[in-house]
Amino acid sequence: MNETSIKNLTFNFGPQHPAAHGVLRLVLEMDGEVVERADPHIGLLHRGTEKLIENKTYLQAIPYFDRLDYVSPMCQEHAFALATEKLMGIKVPERGQYIRVLFSEITRILNHILNLTAYALDVGAMTPLLWGFEERERLMEFYERVSGARLHAAYFRPGGVHQDLPKGLTEDILEFCETFPNFIDDMEQLLTGNRIFRQRTVDIGIINADEAQDWGMSGPVLRASGVPWDLRKSQPYDIYDRVDFDVPVGKTGDCYARYLVRVAEMRESLRIIKQCIKDMPEGPVISQDHKITPPPRSEMKYSMEALIHHFKLYTEGYHVPVGETYTAVEAPKGEFGVYLVSDGSNRPYRCKIRAPGFAFMQSMDFLSRGHMLADVPAIIGSLDIVFGEVDR
Amino acid sequence: MDQGLKDLRTYITTAFKGIESIEFVYEELVLTVGPPDINELLHFLRTDANCQFKVLIDICGADYPQREKRFEVVYNLLSMSQNQRIRVKVMVDENTPVPTSTNIYSCAGWFEREAWDLYGVVFSGHKDLRRLLTDYGFEGHPLRKDFPLTGRVEVRYDEAQKRVVYDPVKLTQDFRTFDFLSPWEGMNRQLPGDEKATNYDKPLEDD
Repeated sequence: MNETSIKNLTFNFGPQHPAAHGVLRLVLEMDGEVVERADPHIGLLHRGTEKLIENKTYLQAIPYFDRLDYVSPMCQEHAFALATEKLMGIKVPERGQYIRVLFSEITRILNHILNLTAYALDVGAMTPLLWGFEERERLMEFYERVSGARLHAAYFRPGGVHQDLPKGLTEDILEFCETFPNFIDDMEQLLTGNRIFRQRTVDIGIINADEAQDWGMSGPVLRASGVPWDLRKSQPYDIYDRVDFDVPVGKTGDCYARYLVRVAEMRESLRIIKQCIKDMPEGPVISQDHKITPPPRSEMKYSMEALIHHFKLYTEGYHVPVGETYTAVEAPKGEFGVYLVSDGSNRPYRCKIRAPGFAFMQSMDFLSRGHMLADVPAIIGSLDIVFGEVDR
Repeated sequence: MDQGLKDLRTYITTAFKGIESIEFVYEELVLTVGPPDINELLHFLRTDANCQFKVLIDICGADYPQREKRFEVVYNLLSMSQNQRIRVKVMVDENTPVPTSTNIYSCAGWFEREAWDLYGVVFSGHKDLRRLLTDYGFEGHPLRKDFPLTGRVEVRYDEAQKRVVYDPVKLTQDFRTFDFLSPWEGMNRQLPGDEKATNYDKPLEDD
């Protein structure tokens, strides 16, 4: 019998593919239906955020962070606010810190709902997405009530948060905390034991603890590989050292473990939210140094000093002392860091954004090699990739 | 300040020769080495029992055009077992390559591609140093300080040629930067009219 050599097939997955979670062009080299090599081409959503931030004042830079990972906006503002505060040596009032942690955890749930349910859709389960978006809408309502925007909140500012919580919001969040576990239970009933879901996710895209560290993984992906590492515990910021919560850790490091870790994290987030609301003290929510934060509007009606502060803050902005820092937070997707360099002027000299998704995307080749084509969307979904932050 | 980080500083200075400077910036440890030593240092930081910086969080470039060696390549490392972070810097000019660290950290590949793309820092030994974030066929390195914020080309779909074409950027309004820097606080320049105050010490008298 004659041997015939067959050339490997190379084809494009995306950039317009519903399972690519945005604009990913993945060049796949296939041997039959098995992936031999995956070469992700990113940058189709590159907007030059870092360059733009260099040309804006520190306050104007905040909204750009909402637009990086647009499903978890506040956590990214948090990283930038913490970095600026570190350079300026500002202390945030306690109530402001509690509100930030409260909304960081709301953001985490917001992110995980989207990821888990969209992931289920990727592997063939439609219902969780429809249920999940109802819950997300309730959370985005909290966003809207506190900041005026459902998505791009610009709520965390250097020095605290922009405004205090409106009346009745904490009660509504507590009510949400009572009903939301039902949704998690329902979703788990549909997915966790589901035979098809397990067939699609168990033992797919395995990465062990050493490899995960080598590839720069963080967040749920790292924890699913059995590394108990969470910046909220190990390098706590704001009041995370005062709340009691557990860090769920996976065992197998496959797609299914990543799913389980995220589900468990949502339950932990609810615990943190409840504690925040219970322990939240009264007081100001933003630093009262009006060289850095705007004065209350009522004060501007009669105080010349306040009027000048307001004018200077919104035109020139504040000057940040010379220095540099790398500050990171545990965003829902993983370690989100900001490397901020200041030259003493009112604009950042350099603002490098370290997005967790960038490292995840890079490991795509490693994770999908030797898997079937149908596993590629499953792996992408389990990594929780959003192109706003990968491409910046 | 964290005592562990101070101990680490003493340990690294004794155990590794060839560090140009080691200092604390806002309670964060920053090392500077020359380009030839970077891989040796990263390998030491990763494998040494007292360091164990097993995670390369990030590599990024930074541009300081007024310096002779205008680029800084900044490595942010994390040690999970010691719960410490460290920053390593390499300074290079436009023509000097930095040895790649892909053989030490797998995730260095894309970070280096990004630094090459955005700043034009060359990493020698990198197997796949293509552009990463910018367009196919892009020219220039956009995060350099001398690259214009508006870019150089813009794209549009050309109905006649039935494809996307590149044109030089045309702005309907000139790009404006406002200098809001305050003349009131920390002022050291003279405003028009200030010279009168020094030339005439005595106040003007009414005629």
